[in-house]
Amino acid sequence: MHKLLRQIVKVGIRTEAPPQADDSLRQITDRLNQEVLRLLGRALAIRHVDAGSCNGCELEIHALANPYYNIEGLGIRFVASPRHADMLMVTGPVSRNMEQALRRTYEATPEPKLVLAIGDCGCSGGIFGDGYASCGRVASVIPVDVAVPGCPPPPAAIMQGILTAVRAPAQGFR
Amino acid sequence: MAPELPGVQFEPLAGSVAAWRAAVDAQQWLRAGEDIADRGGRLAALWASDDTDRGAGLCVRALLVSFEGLICLELRMPERDASFPDLSQSFPCADRMQRAVHDLCGARALTPDGDAADPRPWLRHGAWPEDIFPLRRNVAASARWPAQPDAYRFVTVEGDGVHEIPVGPVHAGTIEPGHFRFSVVGERVLRLEERLGYTHKGIEKRFEQMSLADAIRLAGRVSGDSTVAYAWAYAMALESISGAQVSERALRLRALLLERERIANHLGDLGYLGNDAGLAFGLAQFSRLKEDVLRLNARLFGHRYLMDRIVPGGVALDVDPAAIAVLLDEADRIEREVRALRAIYDDHAGLQDRFMTCGRLAPDTAVRLGVVGLAARACGIALDARAHPGYAPYTELQPKVITERAGDVAARVNVRFEELFESLRLERRILRHLPAGERVAPLAVAPEGGFGFGWVEGWRGEVFVALEAGAAGTVRRCHPHDPSWQNWPALEHAILGNIVPDFPLINKSFNLSYAGQDL
Ligand code: SF4
Repeated sequence: MHKLLRQIVKVGIRTEAPPQADDSLRQITDRLNQEVLRLLGRALAIRHVDAGSCNGCELEIHALANPYYNIEGLGIRFVASPRHADMLMVTGPVSRNMEQALRRTYEATPEPKLVLAIGDCGCSGGIFGDGYASCGRVASVIPVDVAVPGCPPPPAAIMQGILTAVRAPAQGFR
Repeated sequence: MAPELPGVQFEPLAGSVAAWRAAVDAQQWLRAGEDIADRGGRLAALWASDDTDRGAGLCVRALLVSFEGLICLELRMPERDASFPDLSQSFPCADRMQRAVHDLCGARALTPDGDAADPRPWLRHGAWPEDIFPLRRNVAASARWPAQPDAYRFVTVEGDGVHEIPVGPVHAGTIEPGHFRFSVVGERVLRLEERLGYTHKGIEKRFEQMSLADAIRLAGRVSGDSTVAYAWAYAMALESISGAQVSERALRLRALLLERERIANHLGDLGYLGNDAGLAFGLAQFSRLKEDVLRLNARLFGHRYLMDRIVPGGVALDVDPAAIAVLLDEADRIEREVRALRAIYDDHAGLQDRFMTCGRLAPDTAVRLGVVGLAARACGIALDARAHPGYAPYTELQPKVITERAGDVAARVNVRFEELFESLRLERRILRHLPAGERVAPLAVAPEGGFGFGWVEGWRGEVFVALEAGAAGTVRRCHPHDPSWQNWPALEHAILGNIVPDFPLINKSFNLSYAGQDL
């Protein structure tokens, strides 16, 4: 037990340093927190759906939880059910084999809801494009509010996407 | 030394590892499989191609690994009612690969009685009709079909108090989609049946629309967490076709990237494994270290996950003495920190209690199923492509093959710890003895019909790429093979007798790829 405590003390808190003029990431995180609180008055609940990604985008979504980005500390939670979600975060080109599951998840998410398409694949179909087994971009299957390009988009870009979606709410989202 | 099988002519293939190809008839196909299985060999991959445009029917290939090296058997079949002998008696892992061959190419694996070995589809859910085979040449890349009914037959378990728990395809966490059907009594698992293929997006068809030079980017996106392994395997296949001599420096830089990919993934997994066993502290610590590695990747090499850093003929990066100093410094720091964290994991009674005996895969089961990679090494099976004789540049780096015996979650955790230290050692060794040399060797035009392999030990296990060149520098056929094909069935065994709440931990301890096997 004391080794564990020593490690915690030694490492300290690594969440990115407080605002500095050129610290763009910190600005995003600060703004994010305020916007989320202002708009929702509570934590933002996100449901992730992998609709056919290569799993690269998932790695960056996972990274959002590491101590540097500490997304939970910003009032954003990933939830296990679409019924508890304010936002769907969708990765990948939508495979034909996931098309229906994605549509169902969208329908199960209560209104008002936001959809964030993640990565070049989510934005345009990416390198996989459209084909016999791929519907291409997420917007070809469900309405998308904000699309975040990148292959994969780094965590700060995903945070920026969340912020953009929350700040420019979908019709009726308030 | 070429392998020997009665009546079979072996033709050597270019590349640093000994490899042969051989045209066989149906009887030789079956015999060769039995023979190689009897001698302790294994099935690495199985796939098919349509060569009807050349008047050569369909061709199914089995890539076998024996002590001699890699052996690719090629069996030609007429297009109509195409079939080939079922290899799943010798190699149980052939089952899903054979079903995928039928779904995509329309060649059926038949038992000696002439029945379909397993008539169920694998990658085809409802996206295309039963009598359409998307990898056939006469199917346009842009073809689309309306959704078809999808009634998959799961095996049902009957008995007193047995009930079924279906999970997925969309899961509770941020993970890939797949369906798991548990048959349980109380909380104890009697049977698990996986159904995968949800992320099937037609990668193999997509390859055929690309040039040989561009397709390496697609190879690097078959399974994003193994982008280095796939890109290297693809490059190796292309270089063997075009006879490129990659410089020793570029080979070592590729090894540097591959070891950094292993380090990053092992760090991430060790964090999640601690977390899934109730130690959130572990996730915070390991995910911080992983982020440090990713950030250094971005700073020195231009991409956090090292995508597109391996190019045909070499690498798209270089390191100068300043970068080497930073990397060596980082390696020392990670080693120090991980040793401290390991002591915490080892001393933590609650954690060890969850890890030990949980999700045990017996060595004989692992051998029978043809399990590869770190899951195999955690049951005492010392398989590692890097240790294969002649494997450049690893022969000189002499990687230590890490094994554990227990086959449980604890063993898979320990293999990751030890491999992490070994990768750090390799990284230091590469950086301290980096020969001069060009970044990218010129590549001759790949001759049409040229055929080659790449074989790379990724962090999860061995990744194969089989490549055939088309006319004017295009891809005629490319088959990427993920180690998860072999290892997913092993998870169905490892969970038996465990309780359902331990499934996430056991699943994570394998951390298999959905995208890599769904294609
Ligand atoms: S955008 Fe890139 S990383 Fe994300 S799913 Fe597509 S290929 Fe993978």
